[in-house]
Amino acid sequence: MSKTITIDGNVIPFEDGQTIMDAAMAAGFYIPHLCHQPEFTPHGSCKLCTVQVNGRNCSACTYPAMDGQEVLSETQELIDDRKKITQMLFVEGNHLCPGCEKTGNCQLQAVAYHLNMLDNHFPLFYPEREVDASHPEVMIDHNRCIFCTLCVRASHEKDGKDVFAISGRGIHKHLIFNAESGLLKDTDLEATDQAAHICPTGAILIKRTGYQVPIGERMYDHKQIDQVSLETEHPKHGE
Amino acid sequence: MRQFIQGIAENSHYQATHLLQILRQVQSQYHYIPEAAIEQLSGLLNIPRTQIIGVVEFYSFFHLVPRGQYELLISDSITDHMLGKKDVLDYLAKKLDVAVGEVRADGVVSLDNTSCTGMCDQGPAGLVNGLALTRLDRPGIDKIAELINQQKPLDEWPEELFQVDDNIYKSGLLLNQQIEQGSALRSAFKRGLRETLKEIDYSGLRGRGGAGFKTAIKWQFCSEERQAERYVVCNADEGEPGTFKDRVLLNAYADQVFEGMTVCAAIIGAKQGFLYLRGEYLHLYDKLQRILEQRRQNRLLGNNIMDTGLDFDIEICLGAGAYICGEESALIESLEGKAGIPRNRPPYPVTQGYLGKPTVVNNVETFLAAASIAVNGGDWFASIGTEKSKGTKILSISGDCDRPGIYEYPFGTTVQTILNDCGAGDVLGIQVGGPSGTFISNQEFDRKLAFEDLATGGSFIIFNSSRNILDMVHNFTHFFAHESCGFCTPCRVGTSLLQKQIDKIVEGHGSAGDVVALEELCQLVKNYSHCGLGQTAANPILTTLERYPDLYQSRLKEISYEPGFDLDGALETARRMAKRDDAGAHLVQTQMESEHE
Repeated sequence: MSKTITIDGNVIPFEDGQTIMDAAMAAGFYIPHLCHQPEFTPHGSCKLCTVQVNGRNCSACTYPAMDGQEVLSETQELIDDRKKITQMLFVEGNHLCPGCEKTGNCQLQAVAYHLNMLDNHFPLFYPEREVDASHPEVMIDHNRCIFCTLCVRASHEKDGKDVFAISGRGIHKHLIFNAESGLLKDTDLEATDQAAHICPTGAILIKRTGYQVPIGERMYDHKQIDQVSLETEHPKHGE
Repeated sequence: MRQFIQGIAENSHYQATHLLQILRQVQSQYHYIPEAAIEQLSGLLNIPRTQIIGVVEFYSFFHLVPRGQYELLISDSITDHMLGKKDVLDYLAKKLDVAVGEVRADGVVSLDNTSCTGMCDQGPAGLVNGLALTRLDRPGIDKIAELINQQKPLDEWPEELFQVDDNIYKSGLLLNQQIEQGSALRSAFKRGLRETLKEIDYSGLRGRGGAGFKTAIKWQFCSEERQAERYVVCNADEGEPGTFKDRVLLNAYADQVFEGMTVCAAIIGAKQGFLYLRGEYLHLYDKLQRILEQRRQNRLLGNNIMDTGLDFDIEICLGAGAYICGEESALIESLEGKAGIPRNRPPYPVTQGYLGKPTVVNNVETFLAAASIAVNGGDWFASIGTEKSKGTKILSISGDCDRPGIYEYPFGTTVQTILNDCGAGDVLGIQVGGPSGTFISNQEFDRKLAFEDLATGGSFIIFNSSRNILDMVHNFTHFFAHESCGFCTPCRVGTSLLQKQIDKIVEGHGSAGDVVALEELCQLVKNYSHCGLGQTAANPILTTLERYPDLYQSRLKEISYEPGFDLDGALETARRMAKRDDAGAHLVQTQMESEHE
């Protein structure tokens, strides 16, 4: 008998070493997430994937699946609170979807639609953040960074470069670049790096590729993020 | 500079785990971390410069831009405020001609606020270049200003400015009888290590940091791990505002604390221990090093301790101003030379702690108690206290009472007894366990000190009826926003939102829906945050809202909604640009305000 957990009452098999997220996705159950991509070490920071495990809140992307766990994911309470956490991400930065090149391809926007987020709910922070357009091929708009660290992990784990890091504390957290000047152009980032393509928002954009896919024909224009996620992100199997 | 940096890196054996200790020395030498130092260290330690910048920008005591040669920080704990902190800060700013948060133009002095420095029994307190200043008053400030303006080196400053008293007012089981040096180890080896672990189990000792995990179980789990390399860590990052017992224990009972760590090392099989000492307790550092050295000379540390074959030594690592490092996995990250960001759990530190190896992290008081138990046996400890909370608890009492200081009580003692002992009258309420704990009102003085009733890491702040509870809530809520590490969304954004929302209400801009919105936000931050900081950051609001709902309601305006900012003020720039100041260029804040006009 293989080991199983239940998610919202559905019995789901898992292999040792898999997280709840891995098991859920392999079984075709989407749990909203932004800082998680199956190819990278789980981070557990955005907290959108919070599920209830035997009555306790846990991040599905980091919490190991264990035999007999009863996991709740799509409860009204969790859905409502995931929406509020998404709203927190929106008010903390400056996310102006209509003017952003990433619109339609943006996971933050798509998660917000998925959770039926219709307003910001919380007061906006309007932080003063900069744009670094110094690099010939890649630009960074700090206004849209949600500190998911996917670029940090991709650069370190896949590109072998350590171009990015998160610095600062609390609400003053910010993305920094590994160059003496602090500018993106002086790092060894290349447009072909995985780190340059992993951003779930419009914080990292490749120059001269904007609007090549028209609005209306973009990834999330006709599919919800749950469908895209289950089709494209392939969960890790147990180690 | 190159030579200086080279020297300290060499002394640290070019180990990136020593990054905090290295940066402390750089900061102390140059009063900031120069870019050139970052570049050089990046090469010497073989780590990306971003990792160094990340650490510098995480800890409050490191700076990328120069601070004054005399860096003055004034403790912002609520207890310092109650002792006149605002006047102290204003007077300092005036006497030294420097604005709060700024460096004086000549670069000699800078002045700023800092989170609680652990001197609540002798505040208003502060730090000068990391060294504790106590009982700041106007005559003292006059003296300090003169010394700074004369640029007198700190070692020529009068000692009384740095005098830190223990203020032990009530001793119990632990504080009454300090064990003889070496006696806990002798007893442990004589009885047998397994038997000693059993005694600690019988004693019922639970972690004294507040969480209350059974010490013997933690040690046993760690000892059963397959990896042979293991570590003992003493958590002396006592950052909870209102707590200062570890300061006193390390000043007066350090030898016993080190002995408790050594007993733990013998039981779990560790060769290396660390004392993670909060940066604010720099004044204890030299003394603690001397005690360690003496223990080495007496063969209680080092190789083949007391001919038992045990090899173990202890290193002291100083923090650099981050409350979050009191969380055990954040503390371990910090010990590894990184920003103090709590890890995902599982795995727990007993399985994968320092450098991924099994690690026991315990509070100062826990090791102190363990050493006593090793000598006196489990029953000696278990005979006191309640069924679920054995032994005694050492409290740091501060705020409105005649005798603020250290008090040791058997678990089960009532709040009223404690208030009588420390001379507190006309009490409005008490913050038990620090900002992350519980506020109890004067209707609850029959409650008991115990894990099953009032659990506490030791902070006990008394407020008399002249105090405003919302001032306290305001102070605590700002504290958490300042100390949030920023890792997870609910705490990073949530603590800042709580700060905005409480400011709005306290400043009188709140309206009908605002208390409901506040409570909803509290639940979100509490239920979804990654670690204890976020999970408790809303406690000051939740526990006072539960007890004094009217207090919050009384601050609200009788309208259904009020914007969180000054509408008319926001138009100021536009008015200036349009050179207009007529009635049409102004906005009223609310509908009601306009009706009244």
